Amino acid sequence: MQDLKAVGKRIPKIDAVDKATGRVEYIQDIKLAGMLHGKILYSKYPHARIVNIDTSKAKQLTGVRAILTGKDIPEIKFGVYKDNRPLKTGKVRSYRDEVAAVAAIDPEIAQEALSLIKVTYEALPGIFDPEAAMKEDAPLVHEEHKTNILKMPWKLHYGDVETAKKETAYMVENRFSTTWVTHCCLGTSGAIAQFDNTNNLTIYTNTQIPSLAQKDFLSALKAMGLRDKRVRVIKPCIGGGFGSKLDTYAYEYLSILLAFHTRKPVKIVFGREEEFFATSTRQPTIMDVAQGCDKNGKLLFRDISMVLDNGAYTSWGATTPSVMMMPITSLYRVPNVRYEAMCVYTNNTYSQAMRGYGNPQATFAIESSMDMLAETSGFDPMELRRINANQAGDVSPQDFQITTCGLDQCIDEVEKRLGKKTPKEKGVGVGFASLIHVGGGARVYKSDGCGTIIKMDDYGKINLFTGATDMGQGADNMVAQIVAEELGLDVADVHVIHSDTDVCPWDVGAHASRTTFVAGNSALGAAKKIKARIFDMASKQLEAPPEILVMANRMVMVKEDPKKRLEIGKLLRKFHFSTNGEMLMAEYFYDPENENLGRDFKGNTSMTYTFGTHGARVKVDEETGKVQILKYVAAHDIGRAINPILLEGQVYGGVMMGIGYALTEQIIHEKGEIMNPNFRDYKILTIKDVVPIEAPVFETFDKDGPYGAKGIGEPGCVPTAPAIANAIYDAIGVRIKDLPITPERVLTAIKAKKKLES
Amino acid sequence: MGKMISFALNGNKMAVEVKDHWTLLHLLREELGLLGTKEGCGSGECGACTVIVDGMAVNSCLFPGLEIAEKDVVTIEGLTSPDGTLHPLQKSFVENGGIQCGYCTPGMIMSAKALLDESPNATEEEIKHSLAGNICRCTGYVQIIDSIKSISEGGVEEVHVVAWKNKEKDE
Ligand code: FES
Ligand code: FES
Repeated sequence: MQDLKAVGKRIPKIDAVDKATGRVEYIQDIKLAGMLHGKILYSKYPHARIVNIDTSKAKQLTGVRAILTGKDIPEIKFGVYKDNRPLKTGKVRSYRDEVAAVAAIDPEIAQEALSLIKVTYEALPGIFDPEAAMKEDAPLVHEEHKTNILKMPWKLHYGDVETAKKETAYMVENRFSTTWVTHCCLGTSGAIAQFDNTNNLTIYTNTQIPSLAQKDFLSALKAMGLRDKRVRVIKPCIGGGFGSKLDTYAYEYLSILLAFHTRKPVKIVFGREEEFFATSTRQPTIMDVAQGCDKNGKLLFRDISMVLDNGAYTSWGATTPSVMMMPITSLYRVPNVRYEAMCVYTNNTYSQAMRGYGNPQATFAIESSMDMLAETSGFDPMELRRINANQAGDVSPQDFQITTCGLDQCIDEVEKRLGKKTPKEKGVGVGFASLIHVGGGARVYKSDGCGTIIKMDDYGKINLFTGATDMGQGADNMVAQIVAEELGLDVADVHVIHSDTDVCPWDVGAHASRTTFVAGNSALGAAKKIKARIFDMASKQLEAPPEILVMANRMVMVKEDPKKRLEIGKLLRKFHFSTNGEMLMAEYFYDPENENLGRDFKGNTSMTYTFGTHGARVKVDEETGKVQILKYVAAHDIGRAINPILLEGQVYGGVMMGIGYALTEQIIHEKGEIMNPNFRDYKILTIKDVVPIEAPVFETFDKDGPYGAKGIGEPGCVPTAPAIANAIYDAIGVRIKDLPITPERVLTAIKAKKKLES
Repeated sequence: MGKMISFALNGNKMAVEVKDHWTLLHLLREELGLLGTKEGCGSGECGACTVIVDGMAVNSCLFPGLEIAEKDVVTIEGLTSPDGTLHPLQKSFVENGGIQCGYCTPGMIMSAKALLDESPNATEEEIKHSLAGNICRCTGYVQIIDSIKSISEGGVEEVHVVAWKNKEKDE
């Protein structure tokens, strides 16, 4: 193995010192000269006609600079389906619908102005249950759409499920459900928009997709009659992402519109309650799952259908079935697969991407069902998984090419660390679940690329401009470590700039755990170009062919004769300050050779796939229904650990988010209204809930990954819930099929079981 | 209505006019421009706004501004020594992966400091107890506990604010 100096090292996050000293700027901390503050008035009804909006009183309030309603703004459409508008006209479809926006000289005045706006509504019957919303006579959320069922064809059938069902020796069939949970980024959402004199826009915004947001805002400007303008997206330090910032939102457009109307910078920042009710959630699901195996335990088929509550508008939540297809077709070897999902409009909040993007929901159903199949067929749950484990070289029914696969190792490791199931202590049990996730990009758009620019100064230091978005996960370190490694520099020599579309190249966004793989390869490509130029220059100076040169310790040297060497800064200055001088810069755009899914949803969407197995030992108190996790093991095949501290941080953070998903977190909706928009009633885990977590990793050195790495941003929270549900079953013999697994649900299940037994 | 009060902020004596309804968080962020203290909820539920008043960790979003009269207030900005040397807790959070997005970090560090000032050898249980009001969505807390434990178990490292010394000199 190569002797690496930067890659694979536990190098602290490069912005950690600034964060530890309170010096980084989040959107909350940015103030521009003359800045106004915007606030949004939301609907009082889940579904209602807007009869009238009277802003006259609010307009008279001293300090108010602009008030906008739906009538005052052009037709800006946004969202995946373009079914959303920054301010609603005609009717509101959910409690989070924006009906008016105010800009004032301070937030308090803006808030007061909201209370002076009088909106007259005429209530309409609402629809809150997606299955009811599918009925013919259900009230329509979008009349022009004619039905509440979205016209998204999530439907595939590979092999022949009906025949397989006839041949199957054992089969299980069950319904599972998951509910709304939300990202709970500690830094709330916010944006500041500012126009220059010629109507070019600069917007500071919390986003995971600077380049795509730029495109969205450009179309908004077009709708506002501002053609051929420039949009600059500046991304301040982000207080957590987890998928919440993969779309553009009403508040961003409202800051733009208010800034345009007032000719002043306008800042809109959410309070916590607003963050809970006006940002999007993870997609809730109802999942019917059947799978079967032959008498040797080989999976024969999987047959899954789902109904997803889309809420009132369409963001990325509606496309989560495309990612659910991944575990459905490709977690374990399963030759015959059928899947259908329907997204349905309701008057609930609308959902978005959230860490795992549908995979946690689907894996909860599949892996719970795997344990049920194991019980029915008499196989040990781990044995059943081993029989069907994916292997390197496999091509899955969806045409995913499995290049490297450490699933077997992960299964063995987790089993070893958690011990065999017996002998049993009362109320204690162990459970397992595995995962597959994209680890080498995911071609959702035409491009899955990321650009990098490297600029070297006269002293051998680097400015690295990357399209990648850091939101705390460590994208900045990852590219810096890779470039430092490649060029024999210190990580501290690499200054990473990742925050500004005016200076950074394009990137499709921080989603699909793609940044390490794609931005890493992009940075590596740029570094290689720089290296080739340096070798070229040095070869003349050292009178040695480039092939025998290496870079290390900020030097370029002859490999076999390290005394023949040059300090890099010196070399650069020599070339800079000479006749026809030149400076060293390189750019590289990396777009992986993965494929878009075809009409049949087949296609190798990612260059490589990340695998993992999680296991939990739990203790269930049969009196209270409380589940205690005694030990948790999360093993992953990550290709290569670029930075073990950050890698462990992703796994720990993911697992704890997954445990919350499994046991405590839920947004409680009552007829479309969110009843628990605060940290008191929405139960995110605290430090007291930390469980002993072990996070072993297997390095399979993927041939296409930068230094062999695969993505690991999302997997930590993918198989957590089924591992815990399976452990609960092992402990007390009750199967919980709905998330979260609250003590009440456990108690109800225990009671039902006792009734059945007596 | 406002009132003139004096207090010590990170070791420096201050006299400021404070309005009745201002929280300490508002005073620090909006009036004094100390942006290191964060607001995560504004209602005492997340701990992002934690600062230390007379040795006690408090949620500055709930703490009335007027109540700091004649008291010592320490914020995240007060932990680093003038030459840039990090407080041991800051260093430990940096080195042990206790920081991802960093939004919870100032509050976490201030809560941890209040704890270690009080009981320098705090156990894991005590750490969990003292930081129960500080929410972090990124780290899963594991490396935050490591960061604090590596100091509390060291036991010997003196945990104090270097800027604090200026104040003693002043007096
Ligand atoms: S901002 Fe003070 S506790 Fe959350
Ligand atoms: S590091 Fe992001 S909330 Fe703690």
